[in-house]
Amino acid sequence: MGIVIKNGRIVPDPPPPDVVLEPQDEPSALAARLRTARVVAVRFAAYNDGRGYSIGRMVRERCGYAGELRAVGEVAADHLAALRQCGFDAFELREGEDPQEALAALAVSEALYAAVRAVRARAARAS
Amino acid sequence: MYLYDDIDQRIVDARVREFREQTRRYLAGRLSEDDFRALRLRNGLYLQRHAPMLRIAIPYGMLSTRQLRALADIARRYDRGYGHFTTRQNLQLNWVRLEQVPDILAELAAVQLHAIQTSGNCVRNVTVDHLAGVARDEIVDARVWCEIVRQWATLHPEFGFLPRKFKIAVSGSPADRAATFVHDIGLQARRAPCGETGFRVIVGGGLGRLPIVGQVIRDFVPWRDLLGYLEAILRTYNRFGRRDNPHRARLKVLVRDWGIDRFRDAVEAEWAQLRGGPQTLTEDEVRRVASRFTQPVYEPLADLDFAEEPRPFAAWRRRNVHPHKQPGYAAVTLTLKRPGVAPGDVTADEMTAIADLADRYAQGELRVTHEQNLLFADVRQRDLPELWRALRDLGLATPNAGLLTDVIACPGGDYCALANARSIPIAEAIQRRFADLDELLDVGDLDLNISGCMNACGHHHVGHIGILGVDKNGAEFYQLEIGGDQGGERPAALGKVLGPALAGEEVADAVARLVRTYLALRESEAERFVDVVRRAGPEPFRRSVYGDRDQERAHRPRSAAA
Repeated sequence: MGIVIKNGRIVPDPPPPDVVLEPQDEPSALAARLRTARVVAVRFAAYNDGRGYSIGRMVRERCGYAGELRAVGEVAADHLAALRQCGFDAFELREGEDPQEALAALAVSEALYAAVRAVRARAARAS
Repeated sequence: MYLYDDIDQRIVDARVREFREQTRRYLAGRLSEDDFRALRLRNGLYLQRHAPMLRIAIPYGMLSTRQLRALADIARRYDRGYGHFTTRQNLQLNWVRLEQVPDILAELAAVQLHAIQTSGNCVRNVTVDHLAGVARDEIVDARVWCEIVRQWATLHPEFGFLPRKFKIAVSGSPADRAATFVHDIGLQARRAPCGETGFRVIVGGGLGRLPIVGQVIRDFVPWRDLLGYLEAILRTYNRFGRRDNPHRARLKVLVRDWGIDRFRDAVEAEWAQLRGGPQTLTEDEVRRVASRFTQPVYEPLADLDFAEEPRPFAAWRRRNVHPHKQPGYAAVTLTLKRPGVAPGDVTADEMTAIADLADRYAQGELRVTHEQNLLFADVRQRDLPELWRALRDLGLATPNAGLLTDVIACPGGDYCALANARSIPIAEAIQRRFADLDELLDVGDLDLNISGCMNACGHHHVGHIGILGVDKNGAEFYQLEIGGDQGGERPAALGKVLGPALAGEEVADAVARLVRTYLALRESEAERFVDVVRRAGPEPFRRSVYGDRDQERAHRPRSAAA
């Protein structure tokens, strides 16, 4: 298992996921297993394969899953901020990725997504 | 012009900081070529044949004169003093330096401009009818909806790594001037019998290597549900679009492979879940976005009659001046199609001069059209003669809007690493061949589009005459298509290949033969070139170019001609 980061730090002994969703999986088909899971992983098959972002949102918003949602596979520093917006709170970095650089990149991009959230909030507030 | 508030400004500022940091990591060897590629593309930066190219977004084509002056300034200091307006209402700088791009983006952000998502596999610049807001036939001002879609699509975290690029166009009028049938999603404003505004949604259109006319997925989506419906389409595409082959990854391939009914079922099932969610639009939000737009100030004027006008002015007024919803006003095309200049190219000095004119005559705003021209939307008719003289002095009053020489062309092999052939010299040869204004005016409306390769950035599939650059054993050849139409009063149509590819020096002559055939066949001046192709079919046109030389012989390698 690669290095897992969560809440701004390296997790020393990360538990293995209870459920692993592949990019082509249908989250609602796994709804029953998600109810008892404590760690759910979503696999990213390639740097540019964005299917897992949709799966992450569906796991959170549609299946109501509230435990750890971990991105695994080809997960790199510059992915983390957008992944967080889609409900991921843990990241197993791909091989060779420096966790300190990943955390630094996350902090920079977080400021951007804070502004994106503000746009969404502004739209909602207008009502 | 949509004016940013502090939240909009925060996004572009934070984006510059993020890209500055990513560029620093790349230059320090901390980011691989491949990783940086994905990151730079979503910030508009390509590595091109000669130098990096930066594509700057001009959302739905709107520019203030302050922004145009800033672009001129950037073109002077960071580039070679000119820019290239594209068919997607963007501006490209062809000679920037990678390490300076973060500084350029910071200067753009200071005037509320950016290059976010102008490339990469994400939602690109949303395009619109260039007459939005002033057209007499419009149902809604489509720019407000473009801005709402832009804000939703900008850095949408779920859709940053789509299977491929994604293009959305919005038309606010019954006549489709935004080519909505050849985009991934086309939105056409509609008014329900009860008076409610909504959108007809078209999916799966596109040009490129696999030109396909889009299909209607839903005839009416109420305005409140617009973003939810878009989200359902994008999510379905993101999950199920092909990722094994970039040439089969656009939405059009998924819609074609599944069929529109299966795709619709999937989208509607997704929408059933998303409907009523947080992206549901409210009247307050639409009003808020609309209120951030500057509004032109109109004086109470009457329409003018230009009966006693000098002839060159009359030709310009006939071609380049468009009706306006406000009496006494007009919209004016500044053609960027001049012999010897690449279509869409403007120098920094011209940009500054145009900004001065827009301040004097057009309330400080202008637009980029998807035909690669500029437009002053709100001009007093009584100012037209003066404006015409000023534009003529700048060489921007060529009275050819919509005519054969108003050529749409990609940068082609002179600049682009993908091109098979040059497009600019072909455009020039055609413009020189048809230098006679009377002849041009007689031929009338004719869209001629040129692409330097099958990626079709010059939209050759929807030109009444389309020209495609192809490579034959290392030599440049050109394939002709006729009968394409970007849509408008009539539905969009794709052109059909006329015959074997021609050598570059044969193209202008072949176009002249097509035009002669048209003139001989047309029943009246009102029957346009493309109407005659529809009525009479391609055969007489094919014969005029290829004579009776049989297809088989003509298909042989033409090494002698190369």
